[in-house]
Formats: sequence, C-alpha cells, structure tokens
Amino acid sequence: MKQPKWLMVSLLLVLALAALAVGACTATPTPTPTTAPKPPAPAAATPAKPAATAPAATTPAKSAATPAASKPAASKEPYKIGGLFAITGPASSLGIPERNTVQLLEEQINQQGGINGTPVKMVIADTESDETKAVLAAKKLIDEDKVLAIVGPSQSGESLAIADTIEKAEIPLVSAAASIKIVDPVKKWIFKTPQSDSLIVQALVDYLKAKGYTKIGWLSVSNAFGDSGKVEFEKAAPGAGLTTVAKESFGANDTDVTAQLTRVKAANPDAIVVWAIPPAAAIVSKNVAQLGIKQPVFQSHGIGNKQFIDLAGTAANGVRFPVGKLLVADSLSGSDAQKKVLQEYAKGYTAKFDANTLSTFGGHAWDGFWIVAKALEKSGPDRAKLRDAIESNTKEFVGITGVFSFSPTEHNGLDKRAVTMVEIKDGKWVNAE
Amino acid sequence: MPADIAFERIYVELYQQVLQYLMTGVTVGSIYAIIALGFVVIYNVTGIINFAQGEFVMLGAMIMVSLYKNQVPMVAAFVIAVLLTTIIGAALERLAIRPAKGASIVTLIIITIGASITIRGLGLITWGPNTSSLPAFSGDAPLVIGTASIVPQTLWVLVTTAILLIALYLFFERTLLGKAMRACAINMSAARLMGISPSVMAMVSFALSASLGAVGGVVMAPTTLATYDMGTMLALKGFVAAIIGGMSSTPGAVAGGLLVGVLESMGAGLISSGYKDAIAFVVLFLVLFVRPNGIFGGRDTSKGGL
Amino acid sequence: MRHQNRIILSALFVVIGVLPFVFTSSYHISVMIFIGIHAMLAIGLCLLMGYAGQVSLGHAAFFGLGAYASGILTASYHVDPWLAMGLAAIFTGLVAFIIGKPLFRLKGNNLAMGTLGFGIIVYIMLVEMTDLTGGPSGLRGVPSLSIFGFTFDKDIKYFYLVWALALLFLILSLNIVNSRVGRALRSIHGSEIAAEMLGVDTNKYKIQILIVSAVYASVAGSLYAHYVTFLSPPPFGFKLSIEVLVMVVIGGLSSVYGAIFGAAATTLLSETLRGTVPKLLSGAGGEYEIVVFGVILMVVMIFMPTGLTSGTLNLVRRWRQEKALRVETREAEDGNAVTGVPRVPEGRTAIEDN
Repeated sequence: MKQPKWLMVSLLLVLALAALAVGACTATPTPTPTTAPKPPAPAAATPAKPAATAPAATTPAKSAATPAASKPAASKEPYKIGGLFAITGPASSLGIPERNTVQLLEEQINQQGGINGTPVKMVIADTESDETKAVLAAKKLIDEDKVLAIVGPSQSGESLAIADTIEKAEIPLVSAAASIKIVDPVKKWIFKTPQSDSLIVQALVDYLKAKGYTKIGWLSVSNAFGDSGKVEFEKAAPGAGLTTVAKESFGANDTDVTAQLTRVKAANPDAIVVWAIPPAAAIVSKNVAQLGIKQPVFQSHGIGNKQFIDLAGTAANGVRFPVGKLLVADSLSGSDAQKKVLQEYAKGYTAKFDANTLSTFGGHAWDGFWIVAKALEKSGPDRAKLRDAIESNTKEFVGITGVFSFSPTEHNGLDKRAVTMVEIKDGKWVNAE
Repeated sequence: MPADIAFERIYVELYQQVLQYLMTGVTVGSIYAIIALGFVVIYNVTGIINFAQGEFVMLGAMIMVSLYKNQVPMVAAFVIAVLLTTIIGAALERLAIRPAKGASIVTLIIITIGASITIRGLGLITWGPNTSSLPAFSGDAPLVIGTASIVPQTLWVLVTTAILLIALYLFFERTLLGKAMRACAINMSAARLMGISPSVMAMVSFALSASLGAVGGVVMAPTTLATYDMGTMLALKGFVAAIIGGMSSTPGAVAGGLLVGVLESMGAGLISSGYKDAIAFVVLFLVLFVRPNGIFGGRDTSKGGL
Repeated sequence: MRHQNRIILSALFVVIGVLPFVFTSSYHISVMIFIGIHAMLAIGLCLLMGYAGQVSLGHAAFFGLGAYASGILTASYHVDPWLAMGLAAIFTGLVAFIIGKPLFRLKGNNLAMGTLGFGIIVYIMLVEMTDLTGGPSGLRGVPSLSIFGFTFDKDIKYFYLVWALALLFLILSLNIVNSRVGRALRSIHGSEIAAEMLGVDTNKYKIQILIVSAVYASVAGSLYAHYVTFLSPPPFGFKLSIEVLVMVVIGGLSSVYGAIFGAAATTLLSETLRGTVPKLLSGAGGEYEIVVFGVILMVVMIFMPTGLTSGTLNLVRRWRQEKALRVETREAEDGNAVTGVPRVPEGRTAIEDN
C-alpha cells in the first residue's frame, strides 16, 4: 500500500473511461425509430444468395409484403427485432440453428420488400447459455438497440430469468424455450412457440397406453429439459394407468450411462423412456445396445435432428419419439396445412446452412420471427400495439412447430396437431404406427 | 427354504449388477486416467495446472473426426491429429506461457484458462456446435464378461492408457530428455546449472501433454463422442484424478482416474444417479485426509500449483 | 496509510455516485449492478487468496447458498426479504464454519480440489433437492426488495443499494487487512510454519476469513436473487467460480481494491465485445466474442502478471524509473532475459508458495 494516492485515483479514471468507451460503442448505432432515415440495412442492400431467395419462398412472406411496397424497401428506417439466442455455451446446438433461421428470414423478408415496405433488421445477442448474461443481453437489446420485440431466448431458464426484465420494460417477447412455466401463469408481454412438455408428454403417454406398455423405466438428464419432462410424465402417467418402475438421471455431459441402465434393466420394465438431448441421448441408446436390453426405447423431441441418428448409429433404429412434424414433412398427407411451410423451410435452410443443424429448434425461431413480423404489419413500430397485435392477430397461424392461436389467456396456443410420433428405421424418420 | 432362494437370487442379481458397475467404472475411469496423465506431465515440469488440458483432448478428437469425414485413412488421420495438437501445445507454451516468464503460478494458470476459452471458441467456429462420432476401431458388438458387458473400444482405451504409462516411464527414466525434464521438476536452479534449459523443457512438457491429450481424444471419441466443448467436463474429472494420484505421479494419475470412474459408477448404481458426483467427491475427500499426498504421491504436494 | 485509503475511498464514492448520471440507460446500470455483485464475490475471494493465501475453486457455492436461502425463504415461506438476507448470511457463514475445519487440513492442490468438490456438491444439491430448490427447472417468484414502502424496483435504486453494500464490504475488508487479523493473515501467507511458530493460530484465522468471504458471497447472492427474481442452478456452477478467480487475479491479488477493478474489467470487457465484435467483423457472433475475450485475458496476464492494479502501477513506476535511470534499467532487464533467472514480480505474489 505504498503506492502514491494519485495513481489510484488515475486508475479509477481509466476505469471510468473504459466504461465510457462501452457507452460510446454501444450508444452510437442506436437511433430511435423517430430519427432521420438511415442507409439501408446491410441485409436489404446486399444481394442474397439465389438459393435462399426464390420468389415466394415462404407463404407468410408473401402476405407480409403488401402490394404497395413490392420493390425492395431501402429508404426507410428498418424495423429492429432482437434475437436472443444461446450461440455459445452448452445450449449452442439450440441457439445456432435459431440464429441461422432468423438471419435467413431477415434476408428473405427484405427481398420481398420488408414489412409494409420497411426493411427488417435482426439484432442478434448471445446469451452464452448463461442466465446472468441473458439478462444483460436482453437489456442491451431493449435499451441500446431499441428493438421492437425479442425472439428467444433458447432455454427455459434464460426465459424465466429475463421474464421480470421483459415485463418491466414492456416489450413483447416470443420465447423459443419449452417450459410451460414461461406462459403459465400468463404474463402480459411474454409468448412462446415450442410445444409445452405437457403436450409432448401427453402424446407419448397416449401412445404407450395404446401399445399396452404399462411398466415404464424412466431416465432423464438432470437439467431443466429433463426435469420438466419428468414432472409432466409423473402428472400424466397415472391417468393412463402407467407405473414408473425405475427412475434414474444422468448428467448432460456424462459419457456412459450403463450404470443407470443396469438399474433400470433390473426393474424389468415394459418400455424405457429417455428424456434428453444429444450427445447424452445418443449415448443412452448406444448403451442400451451394449447391455443387450430388449425392451423398446422411447425418447423425447430433444432428439429431433440428424445428429442423434449420426451419433447413435444402428442403435438409433427402433427408437420412437414424440416430435413436431418437421422431420416427417415429406410423408405428411397433402391436406396437412403445415406440409408446404415445413418443406420450404427445410429447403431454404439446407441451401444456406449445414443440413445437420436443421432442427425443430430453428423452427421455434421461425415461428417467433413470423408471429412478430405479421403482427408488425398490422401494428407498426410501437411495442404496446405490437403486443396487442401478436395476441389478437395470431389466429390459426401455420408455423413450423404447429398451428398457433393466441388469446389473452393463451400465449402458447398449440394443440395436439403440433405433435406426432416418429420412429427411426434404417437411419430414417418415418411415422410410427 | 423359499426365503433362502429368494435371498440368494437377490444376492446373485446384486453381484451381477456390481460387476457391470465395475466395468462401467473402468470404462469411464480409463478415459479420466489418460487426461490425468496430461496434467501430471505439465505439472511435474512447470508446476502449472493446465486448464487447457481438456482442449487438447477436444482438438485430438475433433481433428481426427473431421479428417475421417474427409476420407483420410484412419492411421494417417490419427498421426495428423496428434501431430497438429502437439504443435498447438508447443505453440501455446511459446506464445502464452513463456512471455509471462517470472509471473506467479496462479497467473500462469489464468493464462491457461484464457487459452482454454480461446481454443474452445475457435473450435466452435471451425466445427460448429454439433456432436460428431467416430466409428469404433473394432466394431460395436459388446464383449460379455460373465453377466456384464463392455464395448471393445474400452479395451482400446485401456491398452492405450497402459502403453502411454509404460512409454512415459521409459521416457522419464531412460532418455536424456526425460531425465532433464525430471531434473527441472526436482530443482530448477540446479538443473539450469547443469546446462538444462528449463524453458525448453517446459515447451517439451506442453507438447508431450498435448500429444497425450490428443491420443486420448482419438481413442475415446467412439465412446464419448466428440464436440467442441467436450474438454470442460473431462478436464475437471482428469484434474481430480491427477490430484488423487498425487499430482506428480504417473501411475498415481492412472490409479486416480480409475478410482474416480469406479466411484462414480458405484455411486450411480448402488446409491443415487443424481448424487453420483457428490458421492465420489466425499469418498475422495476421505482419501485425501488419510493420504494427503495422494494414493501414489511421495513428494510434498503443496509445492507449486494452486 | 489510513489517510491514503480515505482519499481513494472518497474518489471511489464520488465516481460510483456519479456513474448513473453519466450512463442513464437501464442496460448500463444493469451492467454496473452485476459488476457490484461480482465485486462483492471478488473482494471476499481476494481476502482469502491474496491475504490468507488460500485458493478457492468453489466460491460460487457460497453465492448460490445465499441466493437460494434468500429465494426459498421469501418465495416459499414469505419471510421478509431483509430478514431472509440476514438469515441466509448466517446460514452461509455457518456452512463455511463447518466445512472450514476439515477443508483447511488440506494444503495446496488438495485444498483446490477440496473447494472444487465443495462447489460441485452444493451445485448437485441445488439440482437434486427439487422439493426445496425447484431443481433444474428453477425457483420462481422471488419478490423485489423494499424498505419502509420504498421499493427497489428501478435499476437505479438497486444500483445504489448494491454499491452501498459493496463499498461497505470494501471498507470492512480494508479494516480487516490493516488490523491484527490482517497482519496475522499476511504472516500465514508469508510462511504458515513461521506464523505458527510465533504463536499465530493459523487455522482459526483462515476459518474466520473464510466465513467473512462466505458472508460477502451470500449477501451478493441474495441481491442477485432479488434482482433477477428467478433462480436456477447453472449460474452458481463451476464456471462462475472460475470467473471470480479470473476477476481476482486480473484485478491483482495485492490489494482489495483490485477485486473491484477485476470485476469491472472482466464484466465490461465481455459486454464491450458484445457491441464491438459484430461491428469489426461483419456478421461475427458470439463465437468470435469469446475468442477475443480469451485472447485479451491471456494478453493482460502476460503483460501485467500481477494484475491490472499493480500492473498499471508497475508500468507507471517503470516509466518514471526509466526516465531517471534509463541505461541501468535496460541492462538489468537484459541481464534477466539472458540468464533466464525468474524475475520476482513486484507486489505480493499471491499464493504460489504456501
């Protein structure tokens, strides 16, 4: 402590200057919607890849672009929408397809002339799969970037952590996370697009009952995803006459689950249900094969991407799981309202990004983006009007996850149509019988 | 009589289960052991606990997987993956550790944390967030031992661990370079007076440790699968294994790894899968109280490190 | 020394008091609130590491215990938040007292593993004790703080609350450092055996300081709980323990002020990158931000091995020396480089030899 005092004081000043630098960096590019027109958003100005911009690539895009503003909207101040995703950290396999999806849609909608002739600008922020960072990232989008609405975050914990911030700031949020707690009880400003676990679990329980499996061995990953599945299963199982004869958990990073499976095997269940996402979900299936367990294995919608099949290899065959319709889009009947939307999304996404990252998670962001965009078309750039429009305007909206109908008491708005049972056969998804 | 039979059946079932838990523990433990070896090599020479050790494992596994996906033959891919990771390890010492010469150990440890964040980020940029797999070296058909089963890949990991252990022993005991590295660990000033350059030895230790990590990453990839952030959890377990083994002993590191693996799997199987890591830690504490220098540790462990 | 502290403290008070008027946006104020919360954690860990020379890789556990104790008492049992905060601090202090004795029987790396294990055990309990903690799905409905009808609902009010407590902890810590206890602690750090020979009950002092830092972390946790109003286990895991360690070392172990600088520097850095990286590299997202963060962390540690506080001081000192004795200084430096004799860092060098 022999340092001269002025040094300490000057150090404080340096720190204050550093803080100032943050302010300066983030404050400059944040004009309010009322300021003078700015140069066009980059996405609108740069010609996009042809593959992703086929005319009428998506149905909602067509309806969003009104005839009056059919040419590329370049001169107007863009509508800013925030995208809050777990791009890095443990949930990056959710966040990256979501980020890719909204970037794709931003490009598509601006090609179509934007919303009422106004281009759209997505401002993306990374939550690092961390709840504290999610709060700060949300505040940055709200206060610095002055976005009109936020799509995301990717995880339930993050969504619940920012809920208070969102309600106080009075900005619409369309979460891409599953937990029912996000919208139950209904919060004024918060909506969500993924199927709640209760819906998914109910579909599975109904299926198990129909197939006559009554003794269930349960395994789930010890995080919010697995926990939510477990809670919902415990609620739904008794009603269908199912009993849980073994209940085990494993870590999301565990590399071997044979110990837990040995216990489940010893309880001699009729069927095994696994609630997890890859890689752990794939390790469970591989270990089932290793131990020579003969009972049928059911998994969750968490394995709804190509990754699971790649990782589990032959052990994936025969696994059945409840999931949104994206995976079996091609085998849907022509009368299914979602078929066209699903196929176009899959085509547009795989033309631009790694096909292995195409997943229902990206679909949740797709739904969030279009719900906001379609409401913006009605409401104009005002957060409160936008919220009202999201609530009242989203009726029978055909999305990737399902068909949405919001109301003042229902901010998820999906029904049974959003879930189907899929089976993996020879490394391909088919409708389960 | 019937009660006796029932009891006997329960006893046999339990025995069969425990056998499986033991197999599982050895499978997981041998993976921890390889990582622990990497910690020990760097720690022994430099006193640094290298938090980027898990990233070496990740690099080995991910480079191997991406080469394999691009139709490079297995053996060639293996050699390239290990060589590249070794070079990265040496570069890390050259570019980040050596310039900070004279800094306290805790500062050097923070530098390795920075390196681990950087390498993981670069991994995410290069390979994306998805997990990849590598086919098992000799098929997936499980080997049944009694009533328990293991996958053949486990044998590969075990054999690799044994080979690495013997190779390290020969290297440190029989080669001039190895002896020079040990000299640095025992008394750096004296080693310097004998004409040994501690900074060169430090670089060699990082390179060696990186290659150990890479070899481990490649052989474990078929069972653990490979992703850009696989290193975090593995490094944590490997670190614990290394400490239990005494931090400066290579056989100790392997024994520590196996002990941690078996404890976890016994805890998960016999008590509670949710609390398995907690159970393992409680037992490990007891081990440390009884043997503060680790199960194989001879030297004073309070030197260097954290 | 006392006089000097008073000047630095007043400067700190003024700077912190004025900051919300300079940065009025709710985002900036939130960033500063989290800096304050992290600073409390870092001050506690700095006392433990910098002065008592005991490493902790499980500091997040105390933070989590405080947050959850507050959260459970207020959300599930409707206890008054302030009372809950006090009870949480007592509870966390008690836990520190109970684990302190066995923990400090471990030395060096074993202690590091002991604290790491403690952190992981607490984390697992937060995940598994679902009935109490809400498990991985989290605990909702933690109320906002209020006192005599005055609610800390606006960020700016919370900012002053957090920083008032952070500065209080800072002053308390400065007093500890300059007291008999502080001298005893430094003697432990210098040489534990020598300290024991002189009749210092090293274990008693180490446990006391562990309790103090646990209580700081607990209060920080309570403040976190009432600010975010939702708790789930991930923010209290190993990652945070490492982040706090980084903050303390970046700030510099030789002074408790360093802890505040460290907390500010790391949080500001990652938030600055959020804004600047996408602009410098067009289209670059979070992946690039963490790479830049890692590189900057390494560079700072390479060029300022004793942390920002003494690192800056050393730079300034060297600059002044160089002005006076340019030639001699250079020769001495070169001599070091040639023979490779380890340069003894200025300031206290933390904990490499305990």
